[in-house]
Amino acid sequence: MIVLGIETSCDETGVGIVRAEGGETTLLANEVASSVDEHARFGGVVPEVASRAHLQAMVPAVHRALATAGVTGRDVDAVAVTSGPGLTGALLVGVAAAKAYASAWDVPLYGVNHLSAHVAVDVLQHGPLPPCLALLVSGGHSSLLDVPDLAGPVTPLGATIDDAAGEAFDKVARLLGLPFPGGPHIDRVARDGDPAAVAFPRGLTGPRDAAFDFSFSGLKTAVARHVEALGRAGTPVPVADVAASFQEAVVDVLTAKAVRAARERGMETLLLGGGVAANSRLRALAQERCDAAGIVLRVPRPGLCTDNGAMVAALGAHLAVAGTPASPLDLPADSQMPVTEVLVTAR
Amino acid sequence: MLVLAIDTATPAITAGVVELTADAALTRAVRVTEDARQHAELLMPGVLAACEEAGVKLAELGAVVTGVGPGPFTGLRVGMVTAAALGDALGVPVHGVGTLDAIAADTAGGEPLVVVTDARRREVYWAAYDAAGTRVDGPHVEAPARLVEKLPGLGVSVAAGPSATATGLPVRSTAGPSPAGLVAVAAAALRAGTAPAPLEPLYLRRPDAVPPGRAKTVSAL
Ligand SMILES: [Zn+2]
Repeated sequence: MIVLGIETSCDETGVGIVRAEGGETTLLANEVASSVDEHARFGGVVPEVASRAHLQAMVPAVHRALATAGVTGRDVDAVAVTSGPGLTGALLVGVAAAKAYASAWDVPLYGVNHLSAHVAVDVLQHGPLPPCLALLVSGGHSSLLDVPDLAGPVTPLGATIDDAAGEAFDKVARLLGLPFPGGPHIDRVARDGDPAAVAFPRGLTGPRDAAFDFSFSGLKTAVARHVEALGRAGTPVPVADVAASFQEAVVDVLTAKAVRAARERGMETLLLGGGVAANSRLRALAQERCDAAGIVLRVPRPGLCTDNGAMVAALGAHLAVAGTPASPLDLPADSQMPVTEVLVTAR
Repeated sequence: MLVLAIDTATPAITAGVVELTADAALTRAVRVTEDARQHAELLMPGVLAACEEAGVKLAELGAVVTGVGPGPFTGLRVGMVTAAALGDALGVPVHGVGTLDAIAADTAGGEPLVVVTDARRREVYWAAYDAAGTRVDGPHVEAPARLVEKLPGLGVSVAAGPSATATGLPVRSTAGPSPAGLVAVAAAALRAGTAPAPLEPLYLRRPDAVPPGRAKTVSAL
């Protein structure tokens, strides 16, 4: 079975193609057109700019994916698309395109949850996924999920109560005069810095705080105050040290809570996903703490962690192989799609 | 040739099948739903319903025609990407036509005409046409009062389109574009087999976004 997946929830127009056969799901193509450069001067994703770029990039991305996979539209057995959560206007472009392709090719359409797709993508690299605890961190989300089965309901354990982790990276990068998106730049600069140089606060880690929720707003403010104080004193900002200390505060909280959640839920596998999972310090510390706790860590390669169509195709293929009924053709783009809803079903 | 016509640039979600012959255009089926917030949900079901009523399979279509606005962006894109994807998957050409031009084609009555649609934010999209139906001004996006000031200079005597009443002129129709009107605008190119130009939406407005300065203070976050 060949499944084409479409992802347009934020600023990447992603089209992926996978083949599911004999219990294995293989990646055939993963084309991503990003409008990130167009957002850079705004310091964050501008929904209307992203939506315009999706319209321009959609059909060419499908073409490139089919060509890369060496298949034609007639070979496609199912279409999957991100129905939500995400930016409404951006989601709508992918959802409308997916409906048109599925109708023209006369194949079933699966409207899936973006977060579940971030988890499902790992099967393309590491094979079938056992029950796992998933930590999804990106510019749009920071969630801890209990995932007993890819096709079944997911239990949300915690999420950010203010900024997403990736958002905090973007904002701190701006404070330090680093370009957007901030994640890769902070990661790079922090390599030359001392993570213990500044003791930044670890949000929501007090005994009375929600065990599995995150907060990065206070941390971001603490970095801003620190930079401001240095400025007032006329001291140059030690960018590498501040970046490393900020990054350490983020990944310390993320990995500590994820490992604790895995232990509490009796999960032997922890999966990292989302754009921030490309952060080298997050990967290293997660590995260290998982090893110490006897937990298997699974992290897809960076190109599969950031938003892409292959993750949507992977989840669609999993649902199709499991015999799940397809979504109705009037499926919506649902910006607030709850994480407990893996697939849009008939109303 | 069987032509699928789509438009989502007004509150109407329009889909229809038009049979275009050498000298005539026959509307075979029309589906119009009025719901400005459900373009993505309702368009493709509308397309399939129109095809079914016309007794036409998607694979039998020879071309797709889509309105390219101007219209509220989010809805507009739903129609355009649907048309582009259908054309791509079916291997048929996709012709983009101005939504206001299609409404003018529907209204053609031998009188100079202004077509006006809702642009939200207390503005309208408009274009003016001469008695022969040729666009002579626009499309523009402006406050209705600005358009009213310009009306004498435009020499138009009637208005059409969902926001036509804003002009104070006699109103010929307040409907969105019909499938027949959409196909009429592209009829010459369709009959001649001319390759369509790349689809370009008529946004007429820039995205709302202001580049920030470098954040230097806590409050700037
Ligand atoms: Zn994501």
